[in-house]
Amino acid sequence: MRDRLIFTGQLLFTLLVAAFLVVPAILSISAGVTVNYFRGISSGVTLQWVFQVWELYAGTILLSFVVAFATLVLTLVAGVPAAYALHVRGGRLSRIIEEVITLPLAIPGLAIALALLFTYQGFGDFRRSWLFILTGHVIYTMPFMVRSVMAVFATIDIKTLDEGAASLGATPWRRFRDVIVPNAVPGILAGSLMVVTLSLGEFNLTWMLHTPLTKTLPIGLADSYASMRLEVASAYTLIFFVMIIPLLVAMQMFADQEQKR
Amino acid sequence: MSVPAGHGASVRIETCGKTFADGTRALEPATLDIARGETLVLLGPSGCGKTTMLRIIAGLELPDAGGRVLFDDNDMTSVPIERRNVGMVFQSYALFPNMSVADNIGYGLKIRGMARQERAARVAELVALTNISGLENRRVDQLSGGQRQRVALARAVAIRPGILLLDEPLTALDAALRDRLRGELNRLLRSLGITTIYVTHDQSEAMELGDRIVVMQKGTIAQIGTPREIYFKPKNRFVAEFIGAANIIEAPVENGDLVLPGGRQPIGGEASQTTAVAMIRPETIRIVEEGAAPLSGTIDSVSFVGDRQRMLVSGASDKVLTVDAPNTVKAQAGERIGLLIAAEVVRLLPPENRG
Repeated sequence: MRDRLIFTGQLLFTLLVAAFLVVPAILSISAGVTVNYFRGISSGVTLQWVFQVWELYAGTILLSFVVAFATLVLTLVAGVPAAYALHVRGGRLSRIIEEVITLPLAIPGLAIALALLFTYQGFGDFRRSWLFILTGHVIYTMPFMVRSVMAVFATIDIKTLDEGAASLGATPWRRFRDVIVPNAVPGILAGSLMVVTLSLGEFNLTWMLHTPLTKTLPIGLADSYASMRLEVASAYTLIFFVMIIPLLVAMQMFADQEQKR
Repeated sequence: MSVPAGHGASVRIETCGKTFADGTRALEPATLDIARGETLVLLGPSGCGKTTMLRIIAGLELPDAGGRVLFDDNDMTSVPIERRNVGMVFQSYALFPNMSVADNIGYGLKIRGMARQERAARVAELVALTNISGLENRRVDQLSGGQRQRVALARAVAIRPGILLLDEPLTALDAALRDRLRGELNRLLRSLGITTIYVTHDQSEAMELGDRIVVMQKGTIAQIGTPREIYFKPKNRFVAEFIGAANIIEAPVENGDLVLPGGRQPIGGEASQTTAVAMIRPETIRIVEEGAAPLSGTIDSVSFVGDRQRMLVSGASDKVLTVDAPNTVKAQAGERIGLLIAAEVVRLLPPENRG
């Protein structure tokens, strides 16, 4: 009897927490398909807001994904070898470099953005292109890639594996390709997941770096809330969910599969 | 050298020392020759520099300036490990978790561009040689410690290296398995006849496997010799005590006899000597009736360990003597006995500071 009571209590609490997280999202999404939010759902259900958003922001949405995947590519290309080098080298210098890479986590995005604006104000074409946002995103997400790859290296004694491959005649590049990367896959996947989601959802930095022609999903969302009907902004949220959730689920499944293998 | 001409390369290291970046001296400049086909064991307690020496030969560490590493008289000092054609077995085995057993063994051959079929044949040959048939498609984490050890050995040997380097390959295994694998390893090394350098802190491994043993102490070479030389003729106290059990006696000498509390023990020294440091192995002391030997004492304790019995005898020397007697000798604690020690088995050590 007592156990049952405890179980019911815990279940209620869990449901409450879940509701706390989910209900606002559902409300927002439902607003996006309501004809008139202030009159409620009784005013009818429509997809017109969704279409309107798509018309207005298709370019923004596309750019967001371009930026996210370009960020992923750059953090992979630079971050994985960096993690390898930092781990194998060790020593004080590696520590310092690791700290520097991690710094953007502690610095407000606004400050990073300001620093970038100061640095590149003279390069107008670069400043106006989407590559400027990409630069900010790479700086911001790099520590997540480097750290999660290094965490894996710490658990598998990568240095001895590297020496083992070297003793069999493998050049540094072969070792990296045949031994280091395949054994770092769990960390690379975890890092990739972080990088893509962080880049898609990043607001602070991007808000400072964007131009009217280079907007990403969250910037577009803020824009629509500020300048359009609430239903349009909500429809925007709906599109955001529809885009990002399948992506997250797919990457999570991929990561799970890789761990089981 | 008495070693028959074998396969592989000869190795010479010349004044190779190693000082690490933080200033610790891991290895004093050492010079060492290893003959083609010889099995050389680097033996010593942890921190004695044996692994550093192996890593210098492997090409995983660079010796301090002035040091040279030569394979077959070719200077290899600045050649990286991947171009030295050495086979290496690591203490942790360093098997690749992302490859099957067969792919691990064949990796070095793949690097060398060997055709798939030829590679498969060579892998099969090594699988048979190291007794791991049936495990070819297993993943590394599905193997026991002993199986991993065999895979690591097969992988190192597959590439037909000029020199085989083994860094404490049996240390990670439990005692029974270690003994069995030691015998297997010995047979395998003999049949391969390849130049082998073997690092261990275990003296019985060193004795069984080594053509010669290099005993190391605090970054220096304490003694180089065959297992028999090292055991019977240790050059100093450190070697005597590190290899097997030893009674070390410091006592005055008169007319070529050690003067001890329990009597006089003849030693083969010079008549002019006045003091000596003598080493006597426990199994070279014979237990006899009191009075039948110049030296006598009292048995403190007898421990029967099956193949022999270990006795502690007091009163003969100023320290308690350890005696290994055959298991047929009947003697009890408290009994007075004579200790018969032939002058030839007393090894005189140089009088030196301990350490």
